[in-house]
Amino acid sequence: MLTELRIAGFGGQGVILAAHIIGNAVTLIEKGYATMTQNYGPEARGGAASAALVLSDEPVLYPYLTEPGILIAMSLEAYTKFGPEVKEGGFLLVEEDLVQLDALPKVPKCKIYGIPATRFAEELGKKMVLNVIMVGFFSAITKAVSPEACRAGVEHEVPKRFVDLNVKAFNRGYEYGLDVLSRQGERTRPGEEMISGLELENHPR
Amino acid sequence: MHAEKESVLTGIHFINGDTACCEGLLAAGAKFAAGYPITPSTEVVERFAQRAPTVGGLFIQMEDELAASITLQGMVWAGQKSFTVTSGPGYSLMMEHIGYAAMTETPCVFVDVQRGGPSTGLPTLPAQGDMMQARFGSHGDYSTISLVPNSPQECFDLSVTAMNLAEKFRVPVMFMMDECVGHMTEKVVIPPAEEIEVQPRRRTSKPPDEYLAYEVGEDLVPEMAHAGEGYGLYITGLTHDKKGYPLMNPKQQRELIPRLFEKISRAADELTIVEADGVEGADVVVVSYGITSRVAMRAVHLAREKGLKVGSLRLICVWPFPEKLIRQLAPKVKALIMPELNMGQVVIELERCSGGKTNVVSLPHPGGTVHDPLVILEAIERGAQ
Repeated sequence: MLTELRIAGFGGQGVILAAHIIGNAVTLIEKGYATMTQNYGPEARGGAASAALVLSDEPVLYPYLTEPGILIAMSLEAYTKFGPEVKEGGFLLVEEDLVQLDALPKVPKCKIYGIPATRFAEELGKKMVLNVIMVGFFSAITKAVSPEACRAGVEHEVPKRFVDLNVKAFNRGYEYGLDVLSRQGERTRPGEEMISGLELENHPR
Repeated sequence: MHAEKESVLTGIHFINGDTACCEGLLAAGAKFAAGYPITPSTEVVERFAQRAPTVGGLFIQMEDELAASITLQGMVWAGQKSFTVTSGPGYSLMMEHIGYAAMTETPCVFVDVQRGGPSTGLPTLPAQGDMMQARFGSHGDYSTISLVPNSPQECFDLSVTAMNLAEKFRVPVMFMMDECVGHMTEKVVIPPAEEIEVQPRRRTSKPPDEYLAYEVGEDLVPEMAHAGEGYGLYITGLTHDKKGYPLMNPKQQRELIPRLFEKISRAADELTIVEADGVEGADVVVVSYGITSRVAMRAVHLAREKGLKVGSLRLICVWPFPEKLIRQLAPKVKALIMPELNMGQVVIELERCSGGKTNVVSLPHPGGTVHDPLVILEAIERGAQ
């Protein structure tokens, strides 16, 4: 199974760290394979930053994305730039305060899920953990990487004194993700396939 | 000899190729690096600057690449294993001193994380445009060794090999990475120190009054003495005699320069380092190196799904070129296909060694990204007809 994933946002949001956490989780904990590449540029000064991950259960040959199935967008620019490349049926996970759904362009039918990750991060006392909240959300919604592995990835990647805060952040995102899924599950009528996400083109504004 | 325990970061890591390269060189015993950091190679020395003090080593950021590439050689003669790291524009500036290292037989490693060129080109994007420069870049005539990794894991494993070969043959070894491999992050397993073979410095056992700096034995590689040990060393880029003293005449030139070639060429079998997959009985073989080999492998898999008999030959050591292997292979296949992230460099050598016995197909690419596997697939299909 090959999963292609992109994480994008502003420089400083922790895009690269988020990718490292997922890569760590897959390679070191789940014993799978992950190849991460990233875009270089003036990201460190607040421009656009993005990282790409190819996750697989066998060694990855082609290092770049060809048909991403998951986009984690932490800025509107990230969404408009990378949203259209996500394959039909793929996941779009957005920071919903930064990615205003009204501004979304028409893209192929994807499952879109929003989370107010920046607000959650502020509630936890550090805006910078928004990336880890997004990773938690990603784990809950897509099930591409287990929460246990992701938590271990967090512990591996963040400085020791911030581990507790980041694990809390991960859990916040993960639980919110489960909650979103269950709320949408409730809408399912008997006999209907469960709606695992809102289809973008029919998204209620 | 094994690696020193304190230099080896044993464990499983998720790190990029640049970082893995640094760890490999540390494991191989490098205690010194001089550099003038340049994208996309910066992370190698950034890491080394952090790690070196913990193993009793030193990193010096020099004023430019000329300075970096000669400072490291001073450190080699002072007794340490040393390297420098750069990318295209800096690599060009280092050429003078690569020739100096070849001439003075100074064991060291030059890491070139290739980016799109010429000139400043594409600083943050991959290419393989320095492959001929690695072989022929410095003036005069010399022979050296170039290794090309295709993954962060190999950036570790092969940089150990690079340092070992440098010490064994007393040559500057070119470690030809590219931006994609350098900046790509993957799992890297670093084994325990006792499982890492390290080639020690070939030091003389003779006392100073019997020692001749460039006297050679069976394998044509002289033994070293270090500065400050009472050996009265004279190291020069001028054509020199066995003592190392300048002796500039045709006779001495004939004695010295062919030996610099022969010490490498007579080890051709040992330096034929390739990874062959399904080459026996193949109609078409894709010959590639570095990041391109991974893309080529994807194309090979696609071709096999279509029922084609395709092999992959990955050159891990590009220079010296595996001439004998290609001469044996060429008459057995319908086509040899070589994708490269340049406009066709190593393919010239492939064509030469094929001697007209097969159809050699070049798949050039100006760099900035990697080949589309479908382009390679198409070439395989054409080649198989």
